[in-house]
Amino acid sequence: MDVFFQTLVAGVLKGGLYALIGIGMTLIMGVMRIINLAHGQMMMVAMYLTYVFFHYMGLDPYVTLLISMPSLFFLGVIIQKYFLNPLLKTETILPENQVLMTVGIGMVLTEVARFIFTSNYLSAKTQYSDATFFIGGISFSVALCIAFIFASALTTAMFFFLIKTDVGRSIRAVAQDTEAASLMGVNAERIRNYTMGIGAALVAAAGTLLLPVYYLFPDIGGPFTRKAFVITILGGLGSTVGAIFGGITLGLAEAFGATYIGMDYEDMIGLLIFILVLLFLPQGFKRLTKV
Amino acid sequence: MLKSRTGPLIYLGVLILFPLVVRDSYYQHLMILVLMWVTIGSGWNIIAGYTGQVSFGDAAFFGSGAYTAGLLAHKLGFSAWWGLGLGGLVALAIAFPFGWICFRLRGAYFALATLALNEICRHLATVWESLTDGMVGILVMQTFVSKIPYYYIALALAVLSVLCVEWIVHSRLGYYFISIREDQDAAESLGIDTHYYKMVSLSFAAFLTGLAGSLYMNYMGFIDPEVVFSLHDISIMAILVGIVGGVGTIYGPAVGAFVMVAVSEIFRTAGFGFLKYLSQATGWGFMNLVTKYVSEAHVLTFGVLVVLVILLMPNGVVGDWPKLRRLVSRAR
Repeated sequence: MDVFFQTLVAGVLKGGLYALIGIGMTLIMGVMRIINLAHGQMMMVAMYLTYVFFHYMGLDPYVTLLISMPSLFFLGVIIQKYFLNPLLKTETILPENQVLMTVGIGMVLTEVARFIFTSNYLSAKTQYSDATFFIGGISFSVALCIAFIFASALTTAMFFFLIKTDVGRSIRAVAQDTEAASLMGVNAERIRNYTMGIGAALVAAAGTLLLPVYYLFPDIGGPFTRKAFVITILGGLGSTVGAIFGGITLGLAEAFGATYIGMDYEDMIGLLIFILVLLFLPQGFKRLTKV
Repeated sequence: MLKSRTGPLIYLGVLILFPLVVRDSYYQHLMILVLMWVTIGSGWNIIAGYTGQVSFGDAAFFGSGAYTAGLLAHKLGFSAWWGLGLGGLVALAIAFPFGWICFRLRGAYFALATLALNEICRHLATVWESLTDGMVGILVMQTFVSKIPYYYIALALAVLSVLCVEWIVHSRLGYYFISIREDQDAAESLGIDTHYYKMVSLSFAAFLTGLAGSLYMNYMGFIDPEVVFSLHDISIMAILVGIVGGVGTIYGPAVGAFVMVAVSEIFRTAGFGFLKYLSQATGWGFMNLVTKYVSEAHVLTFGVLVVLVILLMPNGVVGDWPKLRRLVSRAR
């Protein structure tokens, strides 16, 4: 039974970070109506930033949150402003041009990282990386617990931001109906920039929080992009509450899969969930929660 | 140029004569790759360019075609050439239920689902070692020593696929596909079964891509999951071939395949060894570094190319041909 609870704890803790990744993706999905296939790659950039500050300046990864989040916010704004917004105006046959663009941007980010840092595996080992504490025979990783707390705090802050603030309301308005929002005086283009920036900042937070317990190499973005879209599909495209449930579900499913089926299949499980959701719950959790 | 058939016929004539004139097997090899990409690009163009459902997972069909041919020879002892027909059919058998599941939903779902299919296939081929030998890959003896037979088989497939696209576009099917791309609701209200026709479109695409996969197995003689199910080298390349050439044009993939194979080869070999030659001739130390970086950067160039092409030339060489011609004539 211990193994079961241990797996449950590991899954929930990991799920908290996945939720953070998923919320960014789902916000972008809701406002821009595109899937951001450079999402994991943005996280990779944030992880390298954190690594650089940790390795060369000895900054604690959690302090680096204050640097990585704003930096990625700007990266996101730049990408949206100069690479994605211009596509809205050009006449093309394919509606998916913006998605293709994110793929291209993701490739560029990965390869630039490979250029600078080579393909070697890096890690940022802090004192608390391997530290654990026990509650009733079940071990909790200190770093993952801190990450989970940060993730929950950020998620809550995100909710207040979306519900209470002016920009947050504008974001929700644009997500619901871009044209109506524009008529009410919302600058949709600026809101798009902000949304991409916020999405990037959230995934940057996830990357920075993950670094102490994970390893880092340029291709790490791809798997996380896939995880992000599984989470968003699971939660229902564009649903923030759904993304949280989706994140936790994916974390749990991966943990249980790794424990009871085999480590080899950990990545397969996310994709299997994806197919199952498409088959049986096509609108994701959004359909159940109506949020 | 593209309204009449003279351009394509000249292109075809050059292609038929090519291996008789150019005896260098390296360039013959490159042209075989170009022809293979014409087949894949045409397949992608049917589903993405004409029907508007962008596939990010062509490698799934390509790889299943390749593995069908490889396993036939490796496990059952048949000639891998039997796989040429069967590979397409296996890809079709994967595409049909897959399309049935994910075409029930609109929008981003199909693109995501193809990406997922790509990954699932790669994982399966890697993990299911008793069938596919996993990462070890499959080795099959090549039938011919010379490249010329392969060349003409590849050419036949490429011509077949372009003719197939042309037939589709000029038949009722093509109009159904385009109507789905332009306005799915309108298409449905006119009584077109969009779900069914999207599946038909995907089946064509998968069949052609599977054929190209089995050709690859026969020609290269070796496959492993990382090569044939590669997201960057197959799926993204297929998209690039389609976009660079021209989305939703009959001859677009033929142009795009040529451009893309040339670009990737130029970067892989650092300008066909030109930069290396330059560094030796001039003795500049930094040229060695440049050579090294250029040959390492071929994925980066792919990424930059995606960004530039979408920003500047979203309809590709064939689609933006009038625009390009105007630019050239204005420059003169």
